[in-house]
Amino acid sequence: MKKPLRKSQTIKNTKEMSNFKPAKKVLLKNASIIDGQNDYKSTFDLLIIDGKIKEMKPEIVSSSEFDGKIFDLSNKLLLPGFLDMHVHFREPGREDEETILSGARAAMTGGFTAVCTMPNTQPVTDNREIVEFIRDEISNHLISIYPVAAITRGQKGDELVEMAELIDAGVVAFSDDGKSVANSLVLRRAMEYARMFDVPIIEHCEDAGLAAGGAMHEGFVSTNLGMPGIPSIAEDVVVARNIQLAEYTKSKIHIAHISSAGAVELVRRAKEKNIQVTAEAAPHHFTLTDETIRSFDANFKMNPPLRSQKHIEAIVAGLKDGTIDAIATDHAPHSIEEKQVEFAAAPFGIIGLETAIGLIIKQLIKPGILNWNQAVEKLSINPYRIIGIPAPQIKERGIANLTIIDPEAKWKVNKDELCSKSRNTPFDGWEFKGNVIGVFNNCFYSLGEKQK
Amino acid sequence: MQENRKHLLGLEGVPAEEIKLILDTAESFKEVLDRPIPKVPTLRGKTIVNLFFEASTRTRFSFELAEKRLSADTLNFSTTASSVKKGETLRDTAQNIEAMKVDMVVIRHPASGAPHFLRHWIKGSVINAGDGCHEHPTQALLDMKTIQGIHNEFKGLRVAIVGDIIHSRVARSNIYGLTTMGAEVALCAPAPLIPYEAEKWNLKTFYNVDDAIAWADVLMVLRIQLERQSQNFFPTLREYHNYFGITRERLEKANKKITLMHPGPINRGIELDSDLADDPEYSVILDQVTNGVAIRMAILYLLSGETK
Amino acid sequence: MERKVKAKIIDETGLKRTITRLSHEIVERNHGTEIIAAVGIRTRGAFVAERIVKEIERIESKKIPLGILDITMYRDDFRQRLKQPVLQQTDIPFNIDEKNIVLIDDVLYTGRTIRAALDALMSFGRPAQIQLAVLVDRGHRELPIKPDYVGKNIPTSIGEEIQVKLKEVDDEDCVLLVEAPLGEW
Repeated sequence: MKKPLRKSQTIKNTKEMSNFKPAKKVLLKNASIIDGQNDYKSTFDLLIIDGKIKEMKPEIVSSSEFDGKIFDLSNKLLLPGFLDMHVHFREPGREDEETILSGARAAMTGGFTAVCTMPNTQPVTDNREIVEFIRDEISNHLISIYPVAAITRGQKGDELVEMAELIDAGVVAFSDDGKSVANSLVLRRAMEYARMFDVPIIEHCEDAGLAAGGAMHEGFVSTNLGMPGIPSIAEDVVVARNIQLAEYTKSKIHIAHISSAGAVELVRRAKEKNIQVTAEAAPHHFTLTDETIRSFDANFKMNPPLRSQKHIEAIVAGLKDGTIDAIATDHAPHSIEEKQVEFAAAPFGIIGLETAIGLIIKQLIKPGILNWNQAVEKLSINPYRIIGIPAPQIKERGIANLTIIDPEAKWKVNKDELCSKSRNTPFDGWEFKGNVIGVFNNCFYSLGEKQK
Repeated sequence: MQENRKHLLGLEGVPAEEIKLILDTAESFKEVLDRPIPKVPTLRGKTIVNLFFEASTRTRFSFELAEKRLSADTLNFSTTASSVKKGETLRDTAQNIEAMKVDMVVIRHPASGAPHFLRHWIKGSVINAGDGCHEHPTQALLDMKTIQGIHNEFKGLRVAIVGDIIHSRVARSNIYGLTTMGAEVALCAPAPLIPYEAEKWNLKTFYNVDDAIAWADVLMVLRIQLERQSQNFFPTLREYHNYFGITRERLEKANKKITLMHPGPINRGIELDSDLADDPEYSVILDQVTNGVAIRMAILYLLSGETK
Repeated sequence: MERKVKAKIIDETGLKRTITRLSHEIVERNHGTEIIAAVGIRTRGAFVAERIVKEIERIESKKIPLGILDITMYRDDFRQRLKQPVLQQTDIPFNIDEKNIVLIDDVLYTGRTIRAALDALMSFGRPAQIQLAVLVDRGHRELPIKPDYVGKNIPTSIGEEIQVKLKEVDDEDCVLLVEAPLGEW
């Protein structure tokens, strides 16, 4: 890198600074707590002082001289803050598509108090400077960023990055996201090396040869449309390899955005054998099929691609039985210009932070696939466990890292009102019931004001 | 024509009565083409743009001739995708066209769905002259017109499509059109050239070309792209010719009347023997060219009604 | 659609008589049948033409060539329509060069159909003459076109239409004066 990136190099747009406030003294009344562990029969009041849960009991009577903010959370759900362990904020490199701050605002709106940013920035997040730049940029913010660094320099698949130093700088995992490490020996070394620090290797599982030239899932729809396909086996064979490597090296592998039935089954069997494998799924992969591509709208183009109904069913089953540990959005902003082209020429990826909760409620909670406690596991407990950071807990003397949901709130996605700088969502116009209304984290909170 | 049909993007889902209307209308235009002055004023004052993002001679000439025979004003834009940055030109060109208030756009593009994309950018009609490996509806319609000229009925007619099916927009449009009209369609190719889950089309599949010939009334032979060989879809052109090429010996061995079609341009001596292509006993390849103009006139005519 | 009939202008016998008279006039004016050919305009003009050709054959014992013209491709109301009309076959199985072409239609009204038919004929060659024969001339011309042979002049008012019925496509032979359908004016 020629010039070290310093915070002063980016001009902070005041509009990008979110409307969050210091959580100096806040009283939350009548909240229904869902923490993924306990089955609370009654509602609770929480007194938050300087970002910590000072008191938590069925009723806190505030004296008349209480000078903090009071919010009545009757019929609202209070959850531990969500962690989206797979997002792409385009800074440094493509600040026109997303900055760290605009991405953070989108995360906040979507109920995520923390995110893991993927390393395919420009330049690639493979060195300490960029990690420090990211951490600088998000300092003193409600949102926490746990950066993921590349496995290999420049994500080229040859030389390992300086893992130890990167971990010291705050990196929580390594991934060459966007592609797999093709050379199995390089990946083996990476896994063995990472094992020393107990950090996971995250793999975007795709056999480059099998997927070559593909633009969508290979199946009857791609056959009809004459579009080059990305077969599900391109994912399966690499998942299988990675599981074998994890077993052999006794290290941790995390499967990013799992999308195929075969991969889910491989992970399920590996877990039965106590291999240290975990997996995440993206909301679009349990919601949309490849049929949507008949529209040739590039907002349905992502990688892994939207697959057929059979695969959707497998993802849902994997979420239900715990094979899939986490839900992560793979938030991938792209400019309108890049997406408004013929399908084959468009880049892969959609934004997802702000639509995730709507889709999770609509596709998983309403139909009874997950209950709220299980949703908390997928959105908070497990993602934190995978990256080795203690998950937030809702308890006295604990940090107030919270996501508040109004399960009755009706809303409609309007792409032009999103906090993300990009507009590449296939869910524009979708109507949902249930939305995030507030978040607490890092001694800040945002609640009681319009998020968007 | 369906009252709401403004574009011709493909034949998938186009109902039989519309296909029949196009074929019947083409018959009227075939008569026009036989006149001493083969030109009618039907599209006088209409502006049609031919956008060719891929090399093409016969389809472009056929459209241009059809447009001129109908007295339309035509503009031609030809480029190859390699000379411009992917994606950029289509959007820019579309916006330019829209500013020129063009009535119809004929587009050929190497990307599947490019005409569908263009439709959102312009007010006029869009006619697909071939998009990637997706569809080539006017080619299939002219093929069907040619078949109709020989066999009259589609019902029960057996058409075997032989060759590079996975990359063929001609194959897809013919599969949709012919099956809609009641013909039986079979595929014959080396297995890697048949697309994944093609069995959901519910078509017969032959891996032996002699069996396909024995079964078929019509053989639709597709062009083998020479660069496919390096992509391992089949080992060598020599082996392709020996095991899937249509040769006089194979046809004579079958000892039956069979109609031989090819969308052109032909790789003589690879997918089809050179002298067979020119043998009027079997080949209707030149009829295909003539019918092409009439079919395209019919489509331009039927789509050119004013829309609300 | 059934429309209200105001009067039957020509009945079956009258129609037969008119065809006979028109045929005689055509032969007389062209000094025989040597160079004449008939071209009927679809739909009913074609049937009138067929009848005239038969009648001339009966009178002169000579069959004159008959062609049929579909003028849809030449219509000038193109821009106003939402849906394209179905095209029918044109069939002119003879060379029109140097012939006296008798163009035949059932009703002459604005003249636009005849204008289209003249255009169409010209793409088949260069006839010596084109003459126009119609069963009924109802007036209201919008173009400078005058028929050479007229079965009957029937001046109509706005709100009236002429309906020619022929057994080839209808249930009887007659010419009716009917009320125009509401909304058309």
